[in-house]
Amino acid sequence: MALNLILLSGLVLAAVWTVMTIRLIRAVVGLALTSAILAVIMYRLNSPLAAVFELSVCSGLISVIFITTVSFTQRISKERLLVRRRERLAKFWLLPIILVTAGLFLMQYLKIPDFVISAPSGSQDVREIIWNLRHLDLFGQILVLFAGIFGVVILFKTPDA
Amino acid sequence: MNAPSVSIFNYFLVFIILLFITGIYCILVSFNLIRALIGLEVLIKAVTLLILLAGYTCGRTALAQAIVITLIVIEIVVMVVAGGIAFWAFRYNKTIDPRRLSNLKG
Repeated sequence: MALNLILLSGLVLAAVWTVMTIRLIRAVVGLALTSAILAVIMYRLNSPLAAVFELSVCSGLISVIFITTVSFTQRISKERLLVRRRERLAKFWLLPIILVTAGLFLMQYLKIPDFVISAPSGSQDVREIIWNLRHLDLFGQILVLFAGIFGVVILFKTPDA
Repeated sequence: MNAPSVSIFNYFLVFIILLFITGIYCILVSFNLIRALIGLEVLIKAVTLLILLAGYTCGRTALAQAIVITLIVIEIVVMVVAGGIAFWAFRYNKTIDPRRLSNLKG
């Protein structure tokens, strides 16, 4: 319970740092850290396969995509950075206050009533569920992947190609 | 739903709502395409955690994991295509501020 609370607090703090930091590259590192903490929480929720996916894909691959995109943008000067810092503080000073207030309010008043759920029926093996019960999802995933591939091909197509 | 699951659901839900607030605030306040994507990522993290939490409390973690894996695949495709659009927006307009992307005006 205490470890869960520490991990969840770390998750929200990493997300807030990701959102509030000025340099984009630090925001990407913060996002990777958020994903890594989420992977640990997933593992603790008896979901090791999803945790491995989260760690490898979200923490690894998406960070690489973001860093590649950020590397094409221009680095801002130190003077501009100071101005940006003031602008960012003016925009984001409210976020920690909202989060602390909402957190305290929800901790006090959010109580999900107890309700009965029938015992799980059928297989509890992820592979069986993916391949037998949710095979339409796999078809959808393949379609989405192809849509992404064609989207990137069209986006990066040069006029003479 | 057994007793430990209910207590876990309650306090996990508080942090999930806080993650939601963080992501929505980032999208609303930032005028930068990459920051909007980062806000969207934070929102997706909250949804992922909510699905797994629902699976854990109901004792259907396998089903929840199958759905989360689908979610992660869709997430990566969205990020790749949106990152490519942000890259081209920067290349043509020299900015990723959506207020200055005025080339598409008809």
